[in-house]
Amino acid sequence: MSLTGLFLIMFLAVHLAGNLQLILPDEGKSFNLYAHNMANNPLIQVVSKGNFFFILLHVVVSILLTRKNTAARPIGYAASKSASKATWASRNMGVLGTLVLVFIVLHLKGFWFELKYGTTPMVDYDGETIKNAFLIVKEAYQNPLYVLFYVISMALVGFHLSHGFQSAFQTLGLNHVKYTPIIKFLGLAFSIVVPVLFALIPIVMYLQNS
Amino acid sequence: MNLTLKVWRQKNASDKGKIVEYKVNDISPDCSFLEMIDILNNNLVELGDEPIAFDHDCREGICGMCSMFINGRPHGPSDEITTCQLHMRSFKDGDTIFIEPWRAEGFPVIKDLTVDRTAFDRIIEAGGYVSVNTGSAQDANNLPIPKIDADKAFDSATCIGCGACVAACKNASAMLFVSAKVSQLALLPQGQVERKQRVENMVAQMDEEGFGSCTNTGACEAECPKGISIENIARMNREYFSAKISSDNV
Ligand code: HEM
Ligand code: FES
Repeated sequence: MSLTGLFLIMFLAVHLAGNLQLILPDEGKSFNLYAHNMANNPLIQVVSKGNFFFILLHVVVSILLTRKNTAARPIGYAASKSASKATWASRNMGVLGTLVLVFIVLHLKGFWFELKYGTTPMVDYDGETIKNAFLIVKEAYQNPLYVLFYVISMALVGFHLSHGFQSAFQTLGLNHVKYTPIIKFLGLAFSIVVPVLFALIPIVMYLQNS
Repeated sequence: MNLTLKVWRQKNASDKGKIVEYKVNDISPDCSFLEMIDILNNNLVELGDEPIAFDHDCREGICGMCSMFINGRPHGPSDEITTCQLHMRSFKDGDTIFIEPWRAEGFPVIKDLTVDRTAFDRIIEAGGYVSVNTGSAQDANNLPIPKIDADKAFDSATCIGCGACVAACKNASAMLFVSAKVSQLALLPQGQVERKQRVENMVAQMDEEGFGSCTNTGACEAECPKGISIENIARMNREYFSAKISSDNV
């Protein structure tokens, strides 16, 4: 859980850096070039396969973990409050993760699958014709419901990470008077800043084009 | 005080069990929680009913026997005390109080509120001891131990093995208990010889007993009557990974 989770966290940071180019005021040129280079860089292709693998592994382990943990309490309590001593996110990682998975699948279908196997519009930059990924994204974000779906999904990722980030370090045995407060702070900052920036992209693109 | 109690009654391990409602009247606020149950049991015996079975022994918070899940919390509404240290002044006249046994696959109910906690004994038997001969007491200065380590080992050793951590955890995980026992020995020189095999064997036994895995929610440390910290769980994970990597056990 922890190792795959931390990999996915790193992936999120890189993914965000790439996506922020969508809102640069150049009608998608830097984003398109970036997407083109990513698609043609063998190293990135390996990382990308690894990413699919890690998402799958994270999900498989989470299913095994959840099954083991529900089996550990076959009969529940009639009145139970003690879990409320723990944060809401920490008690609902499975639900949050499952909803994030729904998002990931729809997200891949909408963009990744379209770009790879759909009929993509092309664009010309300095004599080179490449796929116009920007246009696909821009069109998708004309739909306010789609934008809303993205914003809500990012909130879910934020909650998942508000527990997950620091939890991963504890799982790996990294708990230290000096560093744990820093890790907790970074985790909270990451789980707020990254999803907010991700969510800003569809909002900004929707407003720009309406 | 007059109270309504909703108590889990179960004849034996194979009985299905159910919540039964009882009224207790004229309870003094200075009465301890267990005394209140004693009073109820006296009434039940006078009526010819079966008294409620519950675990208790020292009644001063040191043995770890008492084990009730009271109004949704192990050892009741107050922090860092055991059920035997809980007094009726923590409740209000007219309150309804739910009383249930610890719930976990690893802690099967024996009868009513008593559960079988021998799983903890078997985890200790798997390695929670020092079996090398450490000789008779020597000059204390021969074994220099940093104060901070001694303090941490002592904090871990205050675990009374009551099982509230398991009862509180949404995963019924025993990792706070096991990690406290692993830590108290890993931090001291006498524990070094068997350090790797200890953590490997205790964790293996813990899994065998059917306890869940820790997802770091922290409910256990919030409910522990001795305030054991989940820093111990991180230490046990660390001990476990390094033992797995470097021990001769294949
Ligand atoms: C953006 C994608 C995701 C990231 C960055 C991420 C990150 C993390 C991290 C860091 C942890 C903590 C690991 C630990 O404490 O050892 C975690 C735990 C968990 N994740 Fe994810 N995750 C993602 C997606 C998913 C998905 C799609 C699922 C789907 C089923 C999922 C289910 C879980 C579960 C059940 C846990 C639970 C363990 C716990 O309660 O601590 N996650 N995740
Ligand atoms: S009876 Fe001994 S700790 Fe409560």
